[in-house]
Amino acid sequence: MRVIFKTSYDRDIDLHEHGWERARMALLLGVMALLPFVLGEYYLAEAVNTLIWALAGMGLMIAVGHTGQVSLGHAAFLAVGAYAEAALMNAGLPFLVSFPLAGLIAGVFGGLIALPAARMSGIYLAIATLAVFVIVEELVILLEPITGGVGGQMAPSITILGIGFDRYGALANFYWLCLAVVALTTWGYANLLRSPTGRAFLAVRDSEVSARALGVNVTRTRALAFGLSAGVTGLAGALMGHYIGYFNYELFSIFISINLLLVVTIGGLGSIQGAFLGAILITGVPQLIAILRDNLKAGVGIDLSAVPGLDTLIFSLILIGFIIYEPTGLYGRWLKLRAWIELFPLARRDMFRRQKSYLKTERMR
Amino acid sequence: MSLLEVDDLAIHFGGVKAVDGISFAVEPGEVFAIIGPNGAGKSTIFNLISRIYEPTRGRIRFDGQDITRLRAHDIARLGIARTFQNIELFDHSTVLANLLMGRHSHRATNVVQDILFLPKVRREERAHRRKVEEVIEFLELEAYRGKMIAGLPYGVRKVVEIGRALAIGPRLILLDEPASGLSVEETQDMAFWIEDMRREMGLTVLMVEHDMSLVTQVCDRVLAVANGRPLALGTPAEVQGHPDVQAAYLGTERAS
Ligand SMILES: Nc1ncnc2c1ncn2[C@@H]1O[C@H](COP(=O)(O)OP(=O)(O)O)[C@@H](O)[C@H]1O
Ligand SMILES: [Mg+2]
Repeated sequence: MRVIFKTSYDRDIDLHEHGWERARMALLLGVMALLPFVLGEYYLAEAVNTLIWALAGMGLMIAVGHTGQVSLGHAAFLAVGAYAEAALMNAGLPFLVSFPLAGLIAGVFGGLIALPAARMSGIYLAIATLAVFVIVEELVILLEPITGGVGGQMAPSITILGIGFDRYGALANFYWLCLAVVALTTWGYANLLRSPTGRAFLAVRDSEVSARALGVNVTRTRALAFGLSAGVTGLAGALMGHYIGYFNYELFSIFISINLLLVVTIGGLGSIQGAFLGAILITGVPQLIAILRDNLKAGVGIDLSAVPGLDTLIFSLILIGFIIYEPTGLYGRWLKLRAWIELFPLARRDMFRRQKSYLKTERMR
Repeated sequence: MSLLEVDDLAIHFGGVKAVDGISFAVEPGEVFAIIGPNGAGKSTIFNLISRIYEPTRGRIRFDGQDITRLRAHDIARLGIARTFQNIELFDHSTVLANLLMGRHSHRATNVVQDILFLPKVRREERAHRRKVEEVIEFLELEAYRGKMIAGLPYGVRKVVEIGRALAIGPRLILLDEPASGLSVEETQDMAFWIEDMRREMGLTVLMVEHDMSLVTQVCDRVLAVANGRPLALGTPAEVQGHPDVQAAYLGTERAS
């Protein structure tokens, strides 16, 4: 068991409490930066997909995990980000300008929606965001000159300082670009959480009445969180557009919204790490099922692809299992495992019971 | 001049006249109590002062300024802090994080500076932390600094909530039943803290309390209310001896 002696307030303010954690983050980033040298084309593309989902997951996490605003409409912000990015680049703006602008447009759009919606909570907000999703879907079809309507839109290829970052022409470069965006966003998100803004988010989530008594403008804070959430999701949408290459409104379906909600709940609500774990699960499990299916077919001769919908069924069962048996998410499970290892052999079976029963009532709310 | 002046305050919920014509003034440095049977309207008076409820009529002035129409989130900045009868802490955060939330009305950075964590943010965080550590020392919360609220005993949570209110650095603190649910020893600690808030911090205290021995020990003046109406105002002894007060308590409080 590690005991940390704190010698100044900065030890609490710093992102990582001690040097070892900082080294571990650097190591993780380093390993991820080296992936293009080890992975083949197919799996590298999958890694890009996971990064984009983690980015979108972080976006939704700000709303759902940190301010308690459930959104069924986040696919709409992915769409706004993707179409804005394509439109801005087609208008001649370079990626380094169009990309942040696309996020800003999605963010302002989200913030404006959230202002009237900020008074709503729970199921009403969820329904309102669903309505926004439907409206955006219609708008995409109506605004044909910009969006390509039903036919779809082609994402222009990216060049920065003469270097190509095209998903098909230079996948490794595109991967590094996505990694940089994800790393920067993670850093900004972690900063937010250790600053007054992040504390206000948690305050609004956990007790609205005392947040107000402490001077938090609840409506504005909710709208800000929702705007940031939509903005980060918009950035993910812009990257998703480049990743897919050619897309139309069908890419941003309601299922994307639901999958995003699964990313944050399965990963672990209220933790940045949760967005990553959830993204790995949601993009990884279909791959695992495919590998399993191929092996079964080759090895045992059972052809599962003959049973339609089986993949989806297995996938759904895994997700449902997580929601029922691990309400604290993957990250919560990891924290328990780590505490158990650190305390070994002193850990007791019922060590986490209190938190668990507490979270159960939370789930009922 | 009085620090807080409440004039003919009233709020009606449909047909229920929860508060109906309450007036009183709290002087700077005073410890002032509102007593009365359950459902008398005491917590509602607090909710009116902290602007969570919209009064049907009446005025509230703080330090000469009319605050009757201010928004709830503007109240803390003026220097009015409060606790809640049914503790309202941020359960998923640590004691330290809860106390730091008390500094919100003093924040000097915006969201962009926060996201970039500019040096100014760190400087501000250090200053907030110093203020919060003073509160921790005052309330002897050192042992709980890093603990989650959800796992803490009731008595400690009660103290943490007072700490969060003190972290605002207020001039007036509203305490809604600070001793309810506390043991005899904890109540005695509370009495000392309330006296220290006045003496060491120069605070003015407005509290709702049922424990008459605590009220007698720490309060200068007491307002008794029943059914949203004032019954008596005076020293603890005067109010306790008032026939209307005794009648009101005989009528309802005995039962609860
Ligand atoms: N938001 C509300 N809506 C309707 N009635 C309320 C509301 N808040 C308080 N009341 C009513 O006002 C009366 C006084 O309540 P309260 O101020 O909580 O009493 P206490 O003196 O015990 O603190 C009660 O009858 C209560 O039901
Ligand atoms: Mg009350």
